[in-house]
Amino acid sequence: MTSSVQAPPTTTGGGEVVFEQPKRGFPWSTVGSYASLVIILVWCLAPFYWMVVMAFRKPEYALDTTLYPNHLTLSNFKYAFNTTNNQFGRALVNGVIIGVAVTALAMAVGVFAAYAMARLEFRFKYLILGAVLAASMFPGVAILTPLFQLFSNWGWLGTYQGLIVPQVSGALPLAVFILTSFFTDMPWELEQAARVDGATPGQAFRLVILPLAAPALFTCAILIFLGVWNEFLLSNTLYNGNNNVAPPTVALAKFTAGPHVIPYTQTMAAGLIIVIPLVIVVLLCQRRIVSGLTAGGVKG
Amino acid sequence: MSHMQSVPEFDQQTALAKEAELAGVPPEPGKRKKIATGEGRLAFFLVTPTVILLALIVGYPIVRAIISSFQKDPGLNPATGFFNQGGQFAGFENYKHWLLEQCPKPGGGTAKCPPGSLASQFWASVGFTLGVTIVAVALETVLGMIMALMMHKAFKGRGVIRAAILIPWAIPTAVSAKLWQVIYAPDGLADKVAGWFGISNIQWNEKWPARFAIVFTDTWKTTPFMALLILAGLQGIPDELYESAKVDGASAWQRFWRITLPLVKPALAVALIFRSLDTLRMFDLPYILTGGANGTATLSILVVKQIQSGQNSASALSTITFIFIFACAFLLVKALGASIMPKPAAKGRK
Repeated sequence: MTSSVQAPPTTTGGGEVVFEQPKRGFPWSTVGSYASLVIILVWCLAPFYWMVVMAFRKPEYALDTTLYPNHLTLSNFKYAFNTTNNQFGRALVNGVIIGVAVTALAMAVGVFAAYAMARLEFRFKYLILGAVLAASMFPGVAILTPLFQLFSNWGWLGTYQGLIVPQVSGALPLAVFILTSFFTDMPWELEQAARVDGATPGQAFRLVILPLAAPALFTCAILIFLGVWNEFLLSNTLYNGNNNVAPPTVALAKFTAGPHVIPYTQTMAAGLIIVIPLVIVVLLCQRRIVSGLTAGGVKG
Repeated sequence: MSHMQSVPEFDQQTALAKEAELAGVPPEPGKRKKIATGEGRLAFFLVTPTVILLALIVGYPIVRAIISSFQKDPGLNPATGFFNQGGQFAGFENYKHWLLEQCPKPGGGTAKCPPGSLASQFWASVGFTLGVTIVAVALETVLGMIMALMMHKAFKGRGVIRAAILIPWAIPTAVSAKLWQVIYAPDGLADKVAGWFGISNIQWNEKWPARFAIVFTDTWKTTPFMALLILAGLQGIPDELYESAKVDGASAWQRFWRITLPLVKPALAVALIFRSLDTLRMFDLPYILTGGANGTATLSILVVKQIQSGQNSASALSTITFIFIFACAFLLVKALGASIMPKPAAKGRK
């Protein structure tokens, strides 16, 4: 990230403006640089901006397409938390409960497997790694159908455990991959020194690696939590109509203002409530998240 | 950073030997010795919980689904008119139901499924799933490449761009589907923007506009993510290469094709494969945006709709779906010559 900052902007253009190191005359390079900045910002932020504008707009003006904020109101947010039509506040709490539980479970189990993958030699290592990769590649529907059958036999439909356990299938492989990659990149010498001093591999892990890996564990936890917070496919079927356990994505998809009304502005307010914590986390931890994403390289 | 970037191969044999020495074992080749050390036993204990958990949550359900896909669903037996409890061996009946679009006929035998039934949408939905994947992933790759090049070059506002680029990625698909539903509303923002380009009267609830809407929304959300992955690859290319190519008189275009593209290819291939897998199982976006209507039902949507009305048949369809996705993944990995397996042991040991 850092080395290329000072590097002269010499590279190529895949269809975009090619700018060379500024010579004399018109500063194409600077203009091009700002133009790319603006293009990327508009692409990424314009729809999000629209969500903010709509969330603060009075419901009567839901079809007003004025590009700047007008007809301001906070009623949409009040509506989102009004429990007569939706249980949105409850959904947010559910999202946190499910997210924390899945993250904790996946991390607690995955951290050991990742350590073994990165640091130890053992038979069937690549077979196991391949199996973990394969497990993460199954589409959600492949486990949804049998889990629906099993859970309806066990009475797990519409329960917290019924929403938590299936999501470990995606979270655990992600934890193993991200942490394996982080452990592999960590200085090997420290651990070796501990081993030379007589520590067992287990002690080296507990006393040397884990404290050093705390930032990596934190990054991994954030990525898993974001993934669970975003999940919709499994939850939407397995919550089985029980609004008391529905996560926010499911509550939002079902968001209603009664028959024959499409609650555009209220839905945007509810969506904004789901997104704002994510945006804050992402802005605070952007470096970590980017390194975690490129390290795991697995999925979004 | 990881398997995304090419890592110099390391002499694993020497590393192993050193490790064995540390563990107090005479350096002797052969797998049996390795297992005999404490390391092998420790690794076994560390890995077992993950393996067991995945076997329970993924392995067992999938095996169960395959078994139940060969069983009859409960329902009226069209030949006898009696209610059938379901569960009997059905052979390939459920598979034929989807692949050949065969439905039971009153009085026995089978007939072509009537239009509107889920099975009659099967091949259309295979086509749609594949089509969306090809178009969306191609768009995302090209746009992601352009965006990554822009970011790589931009020396001002990198922090701002990186923050902005994470926003579409961080917005949950369910929320972004609702957001774009508002944008595509009648006389909404999309119509207004289209109006600037002289396009008016778009019927978003018709087949092709609806499909366009899904591809566009998916591209919006995932292009930045793609760009991040490609950027990581770009940053691994040493500047000296470009310098010397420039000295030798290579044009910007040549430098892109001969240096950037080949060197970023491993990162690009992995990103492309994982994006394709993700798009092939696409569910949230079309389910919320269109409900799968107007020719926008993906395979995942068909499975979810079928679950309520016959789970053994749904199992057959979900089995078909994952076999289809794995086949596509296999072809992609072969075609791109990519290595999607992380290589943990090959690096970091010095």
